[in-house]
Amino acid sequence: MKSVVQLHDVSFSYGDRIILDRIDLAIKQSEFLGLVGPNAGGKTTLLKIILGLLVPDSGRVSVMDKSPQEGRSMIGYCPQYASFSREFPISVEDTVLLGRLGSTRAIGGYRRHDWIVAQEVMDAAEISDIKARSLASLSGGQLQRVLIARALACEPKILMLDEPTANIDLRVEEDIFDLLKELNKRMTIIVVSHDIGFISEYVTRVACLNQTLVCHETSALTGKIIEQLYGPHVRMIDHVHEAGSRGV
Amino acid sequence: MTGFVGALVDHTFLQYALLAGLLASIGCGIVGTYVVVTRLGYLAGGIAHTVLGGMGVAYFLDTAPMGGALIAALVAALIIGWVKLRWQQHEDTLIGALWAIGMAVGIIFISRTPGYNIDLMSYLFGNILLVSRQQLWLMAGVDLVIALTVVAFYRQFLAASFDEEFARLRGMHIEFYYLLLLCMLALTVVLLIQVVGLILVIALLTLPAAIAVQYVGSLGRIMILAIALGALFTCAGLGLSYEPDLPAGAMIILVAGISYLLATLSLGLFRQWRIGQRSQT
Repeated sequence: MKSVVQLHDVSFSYGDRIILDRIDLAIKQSEFLGLVGPNAGGKTTLLKIILGLLVPDSGRVSVMDKSPQEGRSMIGYCPQYASFSREFPISVEDTVLLGRLGSTRAIGGYRRHDWIVAQEVMDAAEISDIKARSLASLSGGQLQRVLIARALACEPKILMLDEPTANIDLRVEEDIFDLLKELNKRMTIIVVSHDIGFISEYVTRVACLNQTLVCHETSALTGKIIEQLYGPHVRMIDHVHEAGSRGV
Repeated sequence: MTGFVGALVDHTFLQYALLAGLLASIGCGIVGTYVVVTRLGYLAGGIAHTVLGGMGVAYFLDTAPMGGALIAALVAALIIGWVKLRWQQHEDTLIGALWAIGMAVGIIFISRTPGYNIDLMSYLFGNILLVSRQQLWLMAGVDLVIALTVVAFYRQFLAASFDEEFARLRGMHIEFYYLLLLCMLALTVVLLIQVVGLILVIALLTLPAAIAVQYVGSLGRIMILAIALGALFTCAGLGLSYEPDLPAGAMIILVAGISYLLATLSLGLFRQWRIGQRSQT
């Protein structure tokens, strides 16, 4: 199957500190890739390199067979929501419509088509009933859905999410991942998480990043691999939610 | 106040003053909204004070000070914008330096102007009663430019001030819109200098929008409410200052400032009262 994102021998450092060390990664079309690893392990850096916001020291990156700067219009991106002020006076619908910028005319208002797309993605993310509300009044889970809808409004081939469930309680986290699983039927999904145990139920492949990158099929995840990644001080703990047990 | 209304019918200079206040409110409400939501107050202060340099040079060269002010404001906006984009870590120090240099240049040139007897006070604190017909046309023109720019690029300014990174990813040239916004800010500052002077510019620029942002929830509505409030404050300030013969600029700012405090306080009290009501039921 075709690769939508390819990284070949990519290294990146801030000053003397090496963040990414010779990363090779090919993300296939309609894959659901979980990118996990400890904090400061380079996950967000890797996303920003794919988006062309950071330029690697060495190595090659391509998105849809183009440079990141050209190919990123095909990527719908959900940042960690610390990246803007929640107090900003903007409604849910206006936030989602901003996803149309770059696909619509440059001067003046939105076209009819933009409003239709915005309504469709709000329906898909189940936020149509709150579209008139301001961002400041939303819960963490609702805000995450708004960000997903905004990313979908770009009509992307790839959806990329940075810690989408960081400040959200577990029940809502499951709702969000169920939504992503549904979206995965139509597009490739890359999701960053620090919670390897939770996402392993949803993703098709896990990429473990801590300076270097190792990929695993989800079926092959074991305590030993987690230990390699996070170090020996992390123990497996049974999260007792529902029936099963989840790692880390 | 009744004396003011009567005098308004008789005196052209009062009509001009009132019109100047209304025209200033338009630019002020639009640009002030961006200043408030993106917290550009300090930057606006830097631009306002650098303008004195341009006015001083214009006076020294014996040309129209408004022209000098316009050029100085635009140059200051571009330099400050460039500083902000290029040296983000040191922006406050650099803006502070430009702020002071601009004023120093202005004072030196004004003092060297032959037959130096210009009222420096009127630049610092404004003199709305001296607005000429020509200046009114200039103000109307500046308002038109600002309004058209915002209508054309409303979405881009929204995207850039809300979430810069996302806007960049959608292919927007953030730097261009940022500098454009600062140029509009510079134009507005020049508009306001005539009305309230450059010391008080920041207050009239931010207070109406700072009130509006507490009551309505989108940039467009904040702009409209801020324009209405600005118009109210300038009219009220002018009217109140007329009979006791007080400085109009200072009176306008006083009205705006007190209104801001009252609006913020009453909203806070109302919210507390509502929480109290809810906990009772």
